[in-house]
Amino acid sequence: MATTKKITIEPVTRVEGHGKVTIHLDDSLNVVQSRLHIVEFRGFERFVQGKPYWEAPVLVQRLCGICPVSHHLAAAKAMDVIVGAGTGDGLTPTAEKMRRLMHYGQMFQSHSLHFFHLASPDLLFGYDANPAVRNVIGVAMEFKDLAVQGVMMRKFGQEIILATAGKKIHGTGAIPGGINKNLSIEERDSFLKGKDPLNVDKMIEWAQAAVEFFKGYHKANADFIDNFSYFPSNHLSLVRKDGALDLYHGVLRAVDSWGNKILNDVDYQEYYTHIQEETRSWSYMKFPYLVKLGKENGWYRVGPLARLNTCDFIPTPLAQKEFEEFKAYTKGKPSNHCMHMHWARLIETLHSAEMIKELLLDPDLQGTDLVTKGTKQHEGVGLIEAPRGTLFHHYRIDDNDQITMANLIVSTTNNNQPMNNGVNFVARNMMTGKREITEAMLNAVEVVIRAYDPCLSCATHALGKMPLEVTVVDKDNQIIDRKTRS
Amino acid sequence: MSKPIVATTSLAGCFGCHMSILDIDERILDLIELVEFNKSPIDDIKTFTKKCDIGIIEGGCCNSENVHVLKDFRKNCKILISLGECAIMGGLPAMRNGISVKECLEEAYLNGPTCQTNTEKILPNDDELPMILDKVYPCHEVVKIDYFLPGCPPRADLIWATLVALITGKPADIPYEVVKFD
Repeated sequence: MATTKKITIEPVTRVEGHGKVTIHLDDSLNVVQSRLHIVEFRGFERFVQGKPYWEAPVLVQRLCGICPVSHHLAAAKAMDVIVGAGTGDGLTPTAEKMRRLMHYGQMFQSHSLHFFHLASPDLLFGYDANPAVRNVIGVAMEFKDLAVQGVMMRKFGQEIILATAGKKIHGTGAIPGGINKNLSIEERDSFLKGKDPLNVDKMIEWAQAAVEFFKGYHKANADFIDNFSYFPSNHLSLVRKDGALDLYHGVLRAVDSWGNKILNDVDYQEYYTHIQEETRSWSYMKFPYLVKLGKENGWYRVGPLARLNTCDFIPTPLAQKEFEEFKAYTKGKPSNHCMHMHWARLIETLHSAEMIKELLLDPDLQGTDLVTKGTKQHEGVGLIEAPRGTLFHHYRIDDNDQITMANLIVSTTNNNQPMNNGVNFVARNMMTGKREITEAMLNAVEVVIRAYDPCLSCATHALGKMPLEVTVVDKDNQIIDRKTRS
Repeated sequence: MSKPIVATTSLAGCFGCHMSILDIDERILDLIELVEFNKSPIDDIKTFTKKCDIGIIEGGCCNSENVHVLKDFRKNCKILISLGECAIMGGLPAMRNGISVKECLEEAYLNGPTCQTNTEKILPNDDELPMILDKVYPCHEVVKIDYFLPGCPPRADLIWATLVALITGKPADIPYEVVKFD
């Protein structure tokens, strides 16, 4: 009988949450299986039952402190339906635009955080560099200007969130049917004309520079960016009714790897007729798939790359120009290049900065009509494009206004199969036939996971770290070799 | 004099407390001058490479791995800080205390409207997954904790003032508004 050897990487650092990777090798050192395990479980679906529905937008965001605004708003959108304020377009202009400002502020800070704090160390130092240097602290020491930029971009986004949600993390701004404040002239002016660099024009300039930085890196490292973990897939996101990129509201669209539509702009209130989830015994993270294509072929990617693959255009001029260049690179077809995720994310960062400016200049933000009321419903679904992809919240309530059912499909869960495929790609390419487990190989596995900017915190409905330990064992679990990264 | 060494971890938390550390914004560049970071999710150091002066814990303990990491922090850090509601009292995840783990798992994997094809009733159960505890425990019920910083998350100014006080050995001057319990 063939001997199986097992390699374990845990934890995966510089991603948001808890995960570990196992790779099984046979006697001839072929990769027979690789898995990304999500090891945390919270139980939100059950323990929010019995809570009054209006608590959901503040409770459920505690799933995740990295993009709490997404959960806050997705829950609020579901509760809009429940209070009879309609789906997405039933709010007053002030309420909808304040929420949009909050959301684009969060998109801007989260994308900045990912690029500068988490991903840039790999790009600046190379993923085979010494881990003691290859981190945000190393970036701060060697590329101080860039680090300052990253810190200030994140700060700007966080300040927008503070002004719209009341707190930078776990805010309270959105309420069922609307918003609890407008934006004062002073707050508006602090973002429009703030002291350098904290004003929106500087942010647009820096976001443009970040896109240019990536394009330069791409040119110099085309093989890595284009081929590392390339695989075709379906892509899913919300799009505006006219096909524009819209991160706050829209209809569900899915395309295949060639751009043919699988879901043609459907209303998301009945998302569960289109999407189901498979449970596998070795991970707490479920595997969503499109019902139409089945468990085997129905998996899809979400997030910045998927969004630029599904939408027809970007409704702000600077980002649209970058979008055209991005589309031209793959001849108008969807990009299935995993590392183009960084490119797409930076184009969205630019788009978010442009949107923030557009919204700040809109006098509706100073309106005083904040809440819409209607006829109570017993069920509501709220979807939003979170930084990491489509986020689904679904609730039912009883006659006492208490929650009886909560179903959540978070962005990272949607990317479960693609991340597993990515790990498998790296494992097969870099570990097959090798006895020596190198630091660079291990980090390559992490690089592919990190491209998805996975928020495993959300996905487990939880970043704390066990030692990175690589263990090679045979089929009887006898340890043959063990390596610890330090 | 060598720099004080700081390690951080997130157990059963949402990572919001770590985000609040990053909310010290440009002061993070000063922090890097003041301290040396060891094991932390924001860098790539995954095991303690030396004894640390300050360990910052986010989140309580919901599984066997959390308990292991927390004990490892106690062993390797002179001072341990419980950062935020989850570390201090279990926080939101502790809302499952009083509900059986079985019920929570069934709701998440069998009952939901997108679990309708799980007809074989598969629940996560694998050697690679750590054991879920009967309830979520605050950190001080598992190891001795030296300081507690409240908030969900604690404000960046509170975290900064505390770290500066610990590093310089001078008393922290923290206004009431900064120690806000929410």
